Amino acid sequence: MKLSLNFVKDYVDIPEDLDVTTIAEDMTRVGNEYDSAIKLVDATNLIIGKVIECKSHPDSDHLHLCKVDIGTKILNIVCGAPNVREGLKVIVAQDGAKLPGGVIIKKSVIRGQESNGMLCALYEIGIEKKFLSEADKNGICELPENAPIGGNPIEFLKLNDEVIDFDLTANRGDLLSILGMAYELSSIYDKDVRTPDLTHKEVGEDIAKEFTTEIETENCKLFLTRKAKDVVIKESPDFIKNRLIASGIRPINNVVDISNYVMLELGQPLHFYDNDNLGNKIVVRMANDGEKLTTLDGQERELSKEDIVITDGKKTVGLAGVMGGLTTEVEPTTKNVIIEAAIFDSVKVRKTSNKILRSEASNRFEKGLDPARTYMAMERACHLLEKYADAKIVKGMFKYDVTKNQEKKIEIEYQFINDVLGANISKEDILNTFKKLKFETKPKEKSVIVTVPTRRIDISIKEDLVEEIGRIYGVDNIQGKLPVVPMKQGSVNKTIRRIEHKMSDLGLNETLTYILINDKEVRKFTVDKFEPLKLLDPITEDRNTLRYSMIPSLYKIYEYNKARENKDVCLFEIGKGFYKKGEVYGEDQKICVLMSGKYYNKIGYNQDVDFFDIKGVAEELLDFLGYANRYSFVISKQMPQEFHPGQTAEISVNNDIVGIVGRIHPEIEKEKVFVMEINLDKLLAKKVGKMKFKEISKFPVVKKDLSILVDKNITSKDIETKIKKKAGKLLLDIKLFDLYEGKNILDKNKRSLAYSLTFGDQNRTLNDEEINSIMENIIEDLAKSGMELRK
Amino acid sequence: MKSKIEEIKKKSAQEIEKITDLKSLEELKVKILGKKGELTSVLRSMKELAEEERPVIGSLVNEARDTLEKLISKKEEEFKKYEMNKKLEKEKIDITLPSSKLKRGSIHPLNRIIEDMEDLFVSMGYDVVEGPELETDEFCFKRLNLPEGHPARDMQDSFYITDNYLLRTQTSAVQARTMIANKNQEPIRMITCGKTYRREDDATHSHQFNQIEGLVIDKKERNVSLADLKGTLEVFVRKIIGANLDLRFRPSYFPFTEPSYEVDVTCFKCGGKGCNLCKQTGWIEVLGSGIVHPNVLKINGYDPEKYGGFAFGTGIDRLAMFRYGITDMRYLYTNDVRFLNQFDRKDEEV
Repeated sequence: MKLSLNFVKDYVDIPEDLDVTTIAEDMTRVGNEYDSAIKLVDATNLIIGKVIECKSHPDSDHLHLCKVDIGTKILNIVCGAPNVREGLKVIVAQDGAKLPGGVIIKKSVIRGQESNGMLCALYEIGIEKKFLSEADKNGICELPENAPIGGNPIEFLKLNDEVIDFDLTANRGDLLSILGMAYELSSIYDKDVRTPDLTHKEVGEDIAKEFTTEIETENCKLFLTRKAKDVVIKESPDFIKNRLIASGIRPINNVVDISNYVMLELGQPLHFYDNDNLGNKIVVRMANDGEKLTTLDGQERELSKEDIVITDGKKTVGLAGVMGGLTTEVEPTTKNVIIEAAIFDSVKVRKTSNKILRSEASNRFEKGLDPARTYMAMERACHLLEKYADAKIVKGMFKYDVTKNQEKKIEIEYQFINDVLGANISKEDILNTFKKLKFETKPKEKSVIVTVPTRRIDISIKEDLVEEIGRIYGVDNIQGKLPVVPMKQGSVNKTIRRIEHKMSDLGLNETLTYILINDKEVRKFTVDKFEPLKLLDPITEDRNTLRYSMIPSLYKIYEYNKARENKDVCLFEIGKGFYKKGEVYGEDQKICVLMSGKYYNKIGYNQDVDFFDIKGVAEELLDFLGYANRYSFVISKQMPQEFHPGQTAEISVNNDIVGIVGRIHPEIEKEKVFVMEINLDKLLAKKVGKMKFKEISKFPVVKKDLSILVDKNITSKDIETKIKKKAGKLLLDIKLFDLYEGKNILDKNKRSLAYSLTFGDQNRTLNDEEINSIMENIIEDLAKSGMELRK
Repeated sequence: MKSKIEEIKKKSAQEIEKITDLKSLEELKVKILGKKGELTSVLRSMKELAEEERPVIGSLVNEARDTLEKLISKKEEEFKKYEMNKKLEKEKIDITLPSSKLKRGSIHPLNRIIEDMEDLFVSMGYDVVEGPELETDEFCFKRLNLPEGHPARDMQDSFYITDNYLLRTQTSAVQARTMIANKNQEPIRMITCGKTYRREDDATHSHQFNQIEGLVIDKKERNVSLADLKGTLEVFVRKIIGANLDLRFRPSYFPFTEPSYEVDVTCFKCGGKGCNLCKQTGWIEVLGSGIVHPNVLKINGYDPEKYGGFAFGTGIDRLAMFRYGITDMRYLYTNDVRFLNQFDRKDEEV
């Protein structure tokens, strides 16, 4: 909302010594933010001059050499405007003048001719071209003959206005009007508010004799029509034009301008119909699906049964609350005008305007309107049409009103106000603040009954009144403190945070990726059964689906880094994966790891990440979380096809699959890239015992080595399982310490694995015989399965 | 005999002196001190001496033996030290060569700031709670006093999955969940941090971003007020954003609070003098806050006559950008390892 200070000063006296920025800051402090606070014309050193001589420039086909009388002296000025001529009164920017956009006018020589200033067009002093007539768009400003030479052209043109562009909150529809702004300013500066002049004469017989209005939808709450006869269409007076321009609206002609002027002034959008094109009937109803209407801007719009329309009984002539139709537009030839002032359902108007067009009018309907203003706006329009368009207002008004236009009375305790604000505002200050707001009060001893003016549709409960007191009294006057409440321990689940730190300590970079991915990616890296969740209305197709696995997200990050020559990409992230399974919509917290390039750095060690590095990370995590000895890496029968079939395993905890780890299939990624994902919700649901000290044995341990030769397709896990089973409780630890395949083994299908076994007992020293017997048993058992001792 | 001992001593001392390696020294040691050594043979020949001479000569032999032993062991020490020095010299390395280590990991700047915020509020007795990112219309809007038809619910602003499910547009949804979960209407002090989603994507808005949300509800008689909100947010801003920052409470409008306030903080960049970041105002809008709307209490099972409190929330991305001087929001989500690697050390304590 652009507020013209000249406009609002019609209704409230703002202290003279305040500049526009101070006023804007004062408004901000009571809750009305602003984007800018500027002079309408922000230019210096302008003066009215008269062109007393105008000759063509000898070296140019379009420049003119002018002598311009500015009262105190005659200036030589070179001017390129096509409309410059002898006798013309003009706006002169003198040497040193500052114009909008940082332009500074200096004495200069233009193609050999001295020029001591510039003759200005209106757009050069800051009036946007969209507001100007064709003549003003194409040439310098032509001042009327009565412009005083040597005078100030901004004052002469009444452009000496200042404008604050407010960014208002959604609840303050009342501030979308000059009068509302006047009330707001009056409460800050403790001033009175003047009321608009609504007086006008009436002629002829009642409008009901010649015009009928029918309301057929409950989405129209209030509808008023009056008729203005014999209007004279002409240019608006300067003050109307300038105020429209300051408010961001293009002046058209006096009648159209008045409808906009009243909307700005009172916040009530009006619509004027050309009576002769409309006929003598208005019907308000819901549109039919597929019905078409050409709006004022010449565009054909297709409507639906959700849109409210104005019709002449047969055809549609306007889209209620949004825009009028082309056929009944006020034109230079218009003689008689039907004035409409109405209130339509705000939600319906918003839906229609979102679909079709957002306008100054729809913006106001959406926020809600005060019925009292609707009546006021109708009379104000009549007043202005009579005064500035020579209209004769036909007697009587059609009125349809189902609004419950009652003033709200709210009783509020003084103590309540102070309790909510945590302040100590006296009864007198509270009552005085209501007075500044122009809210009527009926004070009692402990409370006050406040009558909320109908313009403040945002106020309905006592908390709203507390806000008003806080606003006007000033939040800065309330001292901050900490709540006085019983002490209590705060809690936070630190598991996720600990995992983050663990993974970071393991050398991985934590990422933060988008959960929205392309639907083509959502089933990759998983064989789980689920229904992907797609957005109804995505911004781009690249992000149209919620991810299920996080691996596609991290793989994208790998590709991004690879494209930038960033080597050694080792990443992790904890985030959500989303799904629908059956009728259940859900999300699981997951951890995803991606590793490629160098992970361990040591001079002379030049290995890239392999499967065992990422398996190590997985084990580190599982051990850290307390799942030691409860997990295994198993080869899945149903591997996602994006994985390398020979370098991938499922991660099983308590014989339940919680994740997957492996290499990305070389067909997808020819570099060695390894990924892992674990469903943390599933994993962490598995209970872990307390960390507890285990007595350290006082007895020595016995170490035995065992080297065996086996078929290559027998896994290390197979061998370990067999050894553990035979070794029994006395085996404390088993470690693979050597692996050999190569020319020293004659059978090419075999390899050798060497294990170190540690035996011990908590309560005694083991003797050689029992260990030897266990070893013999193990060797015998292995031999049965074709696993022979390597000699 | 005396002179013989002297001679052996002198001669042996000279021989020891001439020795150049450990092995020869060992041989010499046997030759002088061994069972068949010269000194031993002197001892053996002592029985030929007179009774009274024996102790004198004996002690002379022993003295010579001591002296020679000392000389030998001194020589031995010298050789050992020399050998050790030779070995050490051989083992000398270039200690300026790079160390051996795992790649250094890092924690994302957003999670760093979240951790600090959680710790701060836990220290003031708040519980850190979590809520789903895939929310229902009910918790995201309805229970926060945003009835159907409210402009903030427009399809164009939210990512809907179905008519009912959407990606949460605000962490405020967790407010309602916390109140509903609290079946006995106990007082609440909670914060929640997490991802939120809105249907916009441009230079200053990411469709995915992060918020922190706080809620305090207590019995009316404890009177949790706007002054308490102010004090709490002063602590928050000065601990998390900057110790010397001022706050400005500006009346505003949110459906879930009444009264509502936007909180401006002294511009991080210019310190309040006015710059392009703060559009010359000296203030940056940081938080939304207010006194919990009675409708929100009512909808979520708390009697507004008996309970009251405050709520606040803010976007975290911008706070992280400010804290670490990150110049472009997109860095937070592109995950360039040259960016991530910079967050590999301990933060300042909050």
